[in-house]
Amino acid sequence: MSALTWLLLTPLAGALVLLLLPPLHAWSRHLVGWLSLAISALTLLAAIWLVAGVAATGDLSTIALGLPWRVDALNVSLILLTAFIGATTAIFARPYMLHACAEGRIGPIRLRTFHSLYQVFMLTMLVALTTDNLGVLWVAVEGATLATVLLVSLYRTPEAIEAAWKYFILCGVGIALALFGAVLTYFAAQHVLADPESGLTWSLLHAAAGDLEPAVMRLAFVFLLVGYGTKVGLVPMHQWLPDAHSEGPTPMSAVLSGLLLNIALYALVRLKMLVDGSLAATAAPHLAGQLMMGFGLVSFLVAALFLHRQRDIKRLFSYSSIEHMGLMTFAFGLGGALATFGALLHMLVHSLTKSAIFITVGHATQIAGTQRIDQIRGLIRTQPAVGWGLLLGVTAIAGFPPFGIFTSEFLLLNATMQTAPWLSLALLVGLAIAFAGLFRHLQPMVYGTPPTGQAPVTANMLPVAVHLGLVIWLGLAMPALLAGWLEGAVLMVTGTALP
Amino acid sequence: MNMAELSLLQQSVVLLAALVLFLSFVLLAQARLVSAIHAFAWQGALIAAVTAVVALIQGAHHLYVSALLTLVLKALLIPWMLHRLVRRLALERHRETIARPALVASGAVALVIFSWWLVLPIIADKLGFTRNIIAVSLAVVLIGLLMMVSRAQAVAQVLGFMSMENGLFLAAVSATGGMPLVVELGVAFDVLVAMVLFGVFFLQISDSIDSLDVDRLNRLREADAAADPGVGGVADPDDGGATETGARDPNRTLGADVTVPASRSAGEARP
Repeated sequence: MSALTWLLLTPLAGALVLLLLPPLHAWSRHLVGWLSLAISALTLLAAIWLVAGVAATGDLSTIALGLPWRVDALNVSLILLTAFIGATTAIFARPYMLHACAEGRIGPIRLRTFHSLYQVFMLTMLVALTTDNLGVLWVAVEGATLATVLLVSLYRTPEAIEAAWKYFILCGVGIALALFGAVLTYFAAQHVLADPESGLTWSLLHAAAGDLEPAVMRLAFVFLLVGYGTKVGLVPMHQWLPDAHSEGPTPMSAVLSGLLLNIALYALVRLKMLVDGSLAATAAPHLAGQLMMGFGLVSFLVAALFLHRQRDIKRLFSYSSIEHMGLMTFAFGLGGALATFGALLHMLVHSLTKSAIFITVGHATQIAGTQRIDQIRGLIRTQPAVGWGLLLGVTAIAGFPPFGIFTSEFLLLNATMQTAPWLSLALLVGLAIAFAGLFRHLQPMVYGTPPTGQAPVTANMLPVAVHLGLVIWLGLAMPALLAGWLEGAVLMVTGTALP
Repeated sequence: MNMAELSLLQQSVVLLAALVLFLSFVLLAQARLVSAIHAFAWQGALIAAVTAVVALIQGAHHLYVSALLTLVLKALLIPWMLHRLVRRLALERHRETIARPALVASGAVALVIFSWWLVLPIIADKLGFTRNIIAVSLAVVLIGLLMMVSRAQAVAQVLGFMSMENGLFLAAVSATGGMPLVVELGVAFDVLVAMVLFGVFFLQISDSIDSLDVDRLNRLREADAAADPGVGGVADPDDGGATETGARDPNRTLGADVTVPASRSAGEARP
């Protein structure tokens, strides 16, 4: 069996095995967590195997289960990232969910449900990344909604149920509109491709993009942008995101922010490539890019402002995710080699940093016993590892050197100044507002005086340390292999090589 | 488009598509849940009929499978599940008061015109026939969306969602001769799982707020509106006031046993 098959079968088999475990014994509560961790580790190994193969022999394009799959420069680093964050979050999820179970917030059956759905979620993410078929991509992204919606309502509080309903309805509607876009794309392909049955295969469409009817593709992209944009968390379709992040269990917030948003954006980039090819000869060749720039910039600025008004720590960081996704959408829309390179790098470092922050936040809320920012105080004095983790994580996400986010944001600003100088002003203002918004909340949380009786909790900060270490590494010296992939991806997306 | 130029089968596709659109209007205006579910089931059956006719025109065998799938899923299984849930939640006699029915209906008419205008650029002569179908299916999708916005009842919202899916199926089948079977199976599977989850949520919501009126799900909103314990109750006279707001946030603790003293709030804890 090939590495790709292993990559997809491991989480699938894992989810089924977890679902079949008898949940009611004390030992099986511990077992599900360890088992889920083992499955995630195996998935990571399979991903490394796959990626090593691609690094050695070049792009992989294959047919399995009657469907086309594709691993190229654009998705290879994201596959590795997804499997990696999946594994590190599983390390965090095991004790965290056990703690929630011991507290009585969830019973053993829901503990098992959590771990099983976590694996289903990982499966949908990996399918969405590796598939070469736009229909399967849609099915996988919708599958990710279905897998996570029960996780959002896992605690069964009225707030959690409300958040889950909102998430379900908004993302359901969004993704339905995206399917309409996919149908229109398929419709456009009917008159172009030799075999209309393969009209949803991305690589064939991309090769023939110039012949796709521009009028149909233009209409299709509007639907696709609104649809997948809902999942990316673009304003004004972002309403579900803060609710789902704040009411669901923290490991899920980490993977939602770190993986799901990225993959929706990745889908948008692939689709933009098709539309750009189709519109190249028309009067408005950059329509797709301009739409993305508009949505991205509005999301970025609105989210930066909303950071100031938050009272719930997880809502705070979910708005920070909207802000960063907006920035990346803007950069992909801007186009050009430098902006695209910066955006791709930003996808990687933002995912690593944001999942590290959510893991730290999970520990912080356990220490304080609440998610309210004004009741989380003095983390550094109570538990230095958690306090420093949060401080460093937020420093990284705010874009300080030497963290990788500084590098990518610097590149993005640079590219904006070259192509659209006036907009760089908006970016700078937005970054400053976001920075102020994060630090005004952060400072008392980490430094302030801890309330009496606040005690440390058992926290495994290894995932956080590894994530932040990688972010520093990417900021200081990018490994040649990754740089090669990103350059290849830039060449694919924009058609021009980096200067 | 000149009807006379089309073959009899093509004409029947157009006719069936028009009936699907008509049922969308019925669905939108139907206040009784059970009747709305029946209208939805008929819409599903019509989509299955369209699929079968297209299969006949194109001689595409996989479309027969797809027609059967649609019939079972959209006309039988999902309506049956909804029916069962409605009975279980004792909503058979439930009559919703639809706010501003005339406005909603004219909104739907506007959406139909808008869809036509939107697909106008897809001009090529040979596509004249399909263009109409795309416009109809887009209108069905948008009317489904309108229904989700205009209704507060969870079951009605789900019906709107499902009729959006119907519009998508119609677009896929009649404009493109059906998506590849694997994709269609995947979509159908997702729809089915979504329906099961909707059922789970109906029960959770009715447990949680003792009603399926999702307008009452209003605990989560932007920070300043609801969160402040002292001010919030006074500032929100319209939603049940202090008890509602007070119950929500001030000391929402994570552990059941970890209670944070109320005195330790904002001002005091700051260094």
